Formats: sequence, C-alpha cells, structure tokens
Amino acid sequence: MNRTLIVGATSAIAEATARRLAKRGDPLYLVARDQQRLAAVAADVGVRGSPRVGSEALNANHIGEHGRMLERAEQFLGGLDTVLIAYGTLSDQKTCEASVEHTLHELHTNALSVVALLTLVANRLAARGAGTIAVISSVAGDRGRSSNYVYGSAKALVTVFLSGLRQRLHRRGVAVVTIKPGFVDTPMTAAFRKGPLWTKPDRVAAGIVRAIDRKAGVVYLPGFWRPIMLIVRMIPERIFRALEW
Amino acid sequence: MSSRAVSSWGNLVRAEHALFGLRGRSDPFPKIPAGSSVLPFGNGRSYGDSCLNPGGALLETRALDRFIRFDRETGLLASEAGVLLDDILRLAVPAGWFLPVVPGTAYVTVGGAIANDVHGKNHHRAGTFGRHVRELELLRSNGERLKCSRVEHPQWFSATIGGLGLTGVITWAELQLTRIPGPWLAMEVVRFANLEQFFELCDESDREFEYTVAWIDCLARGRRLGRGLLQRANHSEIADRDRRAHVRQLSVPFMSPISLVNAVTLRVFNTLHYHRQWSPRARYTVDLREFFFPLDWVLHWNRLYGPRGFYQYQCVLPGLFARDATAQLLETVALRGQGSFLAVIKRFGSPTSPGMLSFPRAGVTLALDFPNKGASLEHLFRELDEVVSVAGGRLYPAKDARMPGTLFRSGYPRWQEFARYVDPVCSSSFWRRVTEGAHMTEGVYMTEGA
Repeated sequence: MNRTLIVGATSAIAEATARRLAKRGDPLYLVARDQQRLAAVAADVGVRGSPRVGSEALNANHIGEHGRMLERAEQFLGGLDTVLIAYGTLSDQKTCEASVEHTLHELHTNALSVVALLTLVANRLAARGAGTIAVISSVAGDRGRSSNYVYGSAKALVTVFLSGLRQRLHRRGVAVVTIKPGFVDTPMTAAFRKGPLWTKPDRVAAGIVRAIDRKAGVVYLPGFWRPIMLIVRMIPERIFRALEW
Repeated sequence: MSSRAVSSWGNLVRAEHALFGLRGRSDPFPKIPAGSSVLPFGNGRSYGDSCLNPGGALLETRALDRFIRFDRETGLLASEAGVLLDDILRLAVPAGWFLPVVPGTAYVTVGGAIANDVHGKNHHRAGTFGRHVRELELLRSNGERLKCSRVEHPQWFSATIGGLGLTGVITWAELQLTRIPGPWLAMEVVRFANLEQFFELCDESDREFEYTVAWIDCLARGRRLGRGLLQRANHSEIADRDRRAHVRQLSVPFMSPISLVNAVTLRVFNTLHYHRQWSPRARYTVDLREFFFPLDWVLHWNRLYGPRGFYQYQCVLPGLFARDATAQLLETVALRGQGSFLAVIKRFGSPTSPGMLSFPRAGVTLALDFPNKGASLEHLFRELDEVVSVAGGRLYPAKDARMPGTLFRSGYPRWQEFARYVDPVCSSSFWRRVTEGAHMTEGVYMTEGA
C-alpha cells in the first residue's frame, strides 16, 4: 500500500498512472485545477480499486496554498509515501516570444511553482526519513530548441533542481525520481501531427509506476529517448544553432 | 480540431473527416461549423457507414473512459460512454457480475452498444442491450443535457437507444449487470445436418440454454442446405482455481494485399469446420471470452479480407415466414458460391426492443460476410433484399453499407417518428443514404420538436 498524492491528477499521464495505482489498491489524494474533471477522475479510480480517494481543487500557481494542501493530503491518507507532481502547460512558443508577461507566467507554472511545492514536500518527507518524490519533467528540458525553449528551460530548471534534491535527500532515505517523457499523445499535444516516436499515456504511466517502485533516478519514457537525447546533447553548438526544430 | 482519414470495420471506404473530441462528460458539445454536420464516433466497430460522416465531422468519445460508480451488491454500473465493454468485463467479472447482453466483440464502447442497441447469444432471454440501460445522459448540440430513462424523457430514451448516434451524443449511462457464478461456461456443440434440424434444435435449446448461436456452412446445398454447428451454453459453477483461461492474442499485422477469403479457402474451411468434432454432440467448459468473443483474439481480423474490404449482410426474418425465407436466402447464397466464414444464424426471442430503430425482433437472424467483389456482389444483395422484403424483414444498420432506402423505410416503420429526434447538426453517411429522396416527398422529418 502506497499512500500517494498526485498534483495535476487530471493530466492524461497522471490519470493513467492513478488508474494503475488504484488497481493495485493504493490510497490516493488527487489535486487539480478543474473541479469537475477532478471529481470524474476521483470517482473513476475509486471504482477501479483504490480503497480511499480524496481530492481537492487547487491552482498550483497559488503557492501560498501548497502547505495547507499538503497538510490535508497527509491527514486524509494518514501519512504520505509517494508524491507525484504531474501538472504543467505546454507553453506556446510564439506567444511567449511576443510577450514577457506570458513567458514569465509559463515559467511560473512549469518551474517556479514546482520548485515551491517541492521544497515543502522535500522537507516533509525528509523529516519522516522515507518516501518517494516523482516529478514529470520532459526531454524538452535536455536542450533548448527554437520551437519550445520557454517550456524547455522551465523543465531544465526542474530537472536540475531535482538532481540536487536527489543528492540532498539520498542520505535522508527519500528517493527523487525525474521522469522525462518524450512525445505523448495527450490533449496537451492534440494539435501536433503524430509520428512513430509518439506514445500513449498509459505506456508512460506504466513506466512511471515502475520507476516509483524501483526508486529510479532519471527515467526516459519510453526508454529509447535516452540514447536519442544523448545524441541531441552531444551535437556541437556550432551545428546545433543552425538546425531548425 | 484536426482531420484524418477514417474507415469502419468493413474497410469499404476510407474518408477524410474533421475530428472533434470530448475529454470528459462535463465537456460542452463542440461548435460545429455552419453547414457541416457531426456524428458521435466510439470505437469504429460498425461494419459499414453508420459510424461515418464523410465530408463532415466525427465527435470522438473514446476519451470518455471513466467509471462513475459500481455497486458490487446490486450490480448497477454507471460509466462514461467511451468505456469499452472489455473494460467493464475486466472490472465486473472478478466481482461476480457480467454484462446482461454482449455482442460478438468486447471492443465496442458503451455508447456504441446503446446507439446500435446490440444483441447477443441470449437474445431469446434478455433481449437487447438497451433493455438493461437504466439511465443515460444525452448531450444535444444546443447544449441541452437530457437525462433519459423509461420514465424521464422516455421518447428521447427510445429514440437514442438504437438511434445510431443521430440524436446527440451519449455522455454516460447506467447499466444493470447480471450475477454470474464465475468466468466459465458449460457449452455444448451440436451438429445439425440441415436447416430443418436446426429449427428442431431451437425449441429445446432456447428452453434449456441461456446462450445459443449457430454457425452455418453456407456453401452446402440440397439435402445439406443449412448444415452447421449449434453452440449452446449456460454459466458454469466450476470454481476458478480449477482451470486457467488460456490468454492468447494474435494480430493480423498488415492489410492482406488480396482477400484471403475466397472460393477455395472458404470451401476448405467450411468442410473442415463442419467436421471438427467426431460425435454429433460434444461438451466443453470454456472461458467467457472464448465463447462470446471468439474473434477478439485475432486483432484486426478484418484485414484478412484485403484492401477492398468486406460486407456483412445481417437480416432478421420475422415470424411465420422465417423458415422458408431463411432457406431461400441460403439457397441463393449457395447457388452464387459466394459464402462466408462467418455465416451465423440465431433465433431471436420475444423480448421487445426499446429503441425506435432497434434491429432485433422475434424471428430468425442470419449474418453473412462477403469479401467486396463489386457489382456481382451487389447483384446478389439485391436478390437477398427481395427475399427479406417479401418476408417483412429488415437489415441491421450497424452492419450495413448499401441497403436501399426503400428497404430501410419499409423495415423500420417508426423511422419518421425517430427523425423528429435527430439532432439538427447530427448526420451520417448511412442516414443520408437511407433517407435520400424520402424527405422531398414526405418532408416532415427535418423539422425539430414534437
């Protein structure tokens, strides 16, 4: 039994993960912005086998609410074993380029609010000396590309933050898992043309559950993204800057 | 919104559609561009064009895949409309519940099962799927949400069950499941030498077995006309741990370049299949899935028919004329030598179907698959239509890609009543085809409201 808090529970990947956890009987506390969608997801995972499902509507950008939400989650679940942070917005690069405000807002949603939440979660779990923190970052955070570097740089911040956090918490018995999905066919990417590199949310979810169970460090999902991103990172800047992605 | 080429299970046409989707049951009906039309689309297992709307849009419902509640004491299950019957069985069977009616595949959505008012091997006992729907929500293009049941908006309920998605989109439904002792069935396979023997077997089978269905060798002629194998089964009390279902899953990985179903393979298969057991009567214990969904273990089996696709011809022949008409249909098919692997015959029972356009009615239903051979096949269909029409029968829209409008309108006398409930922006290739020409002369049905 793994008492799990999921923040961003209505995202396709998080929902698929919640279903898998529910099926094996994990109690869940689900947090998301949209109250109606959240209620639908909560009812569903209850039917699928989660013995105890709590939920609360929260905009993660309201950083001041994080502490109380964590308190309620821990109280509802009677403790906290795993925290999965899965929310985010796929920033529209063109809009960001034209608007400082929009860029900063996207960075706030995808990076700063995550850092704020992680700081509280980390201290909570560290105090107990056990637990797993899993966060959905992205392959986009491995290197900035012209087509989505605002989103990418936010994810890069999260990735590096997690790397440091992992070292810090390692000695305290808390595992930190960085999840880097590639292209996933979700409502967030509905407007994209899908090719062979695309995968389904449930496949990513299976990988997330496995990574949480193994307390893995950094996982690429599906795994073939690891060598791809290795190559992408190795391309010399002189060549990389001339590419158009 | 995006667009994509979509085909149905029969692979007869592949047409570009604009795509809309619902993500959850609280989502609003999408805005459809003026002059265009839309059709709810579940898992695309209808064979012909009743699930297609070329030139218009489809409203995909597969993302409506959440359960809402499941009462393990009473067997009431509510779910969103895009949940597959397969998903329900995974949840319900281990808890001792089963769907009251299942079609030949578990890969259909709840919404699709309602919209086609599907039937199964227990029609003589349980009637159609729609009879077990307690309640459903219909979302109309004007944003209205109608909770429909036998008591609330009963007319909308009756139009939407078997309504082919034309009354709006079903967002969720509540079903009454049935208790089962476990996942096993005690099955008997009985060989019958001709059609007469089949009908003799029917009375006894329907009385003593919950599920009955027969396969017919549709190439056999003369004294052997209508020979085949009758499968009949009841749920079995056998305990779980004694046996294990063999889980096997094959897939036809790509479209066969030509139809693998042809005169030679057909004769070999039919002869072998008829003689598959030594004794005229054999008993087996089989897993639910093996019995109800024998084809689901081969994913994409429709690809065996090649790129031109295939037709299924399923009719129901009512009452007194059923026997003679069935014989006549089989004779015609055997004579033309255009038989199918999957010639299936079943006697429907007396439970009435709740939908205005529901297909099943008391009588005999016969379903035949044919690889698409173009004009010669249509010629055969016309001959079969004639028999069906004279017998007062009708064809199944979920399987159909070609029935003439006249046959539809004579077979479904409530179609005009139904037409009043069609949503102003909903349409399908099928609906335009079978109503074409009719609305000019009988011009009542496009007007809204009753």
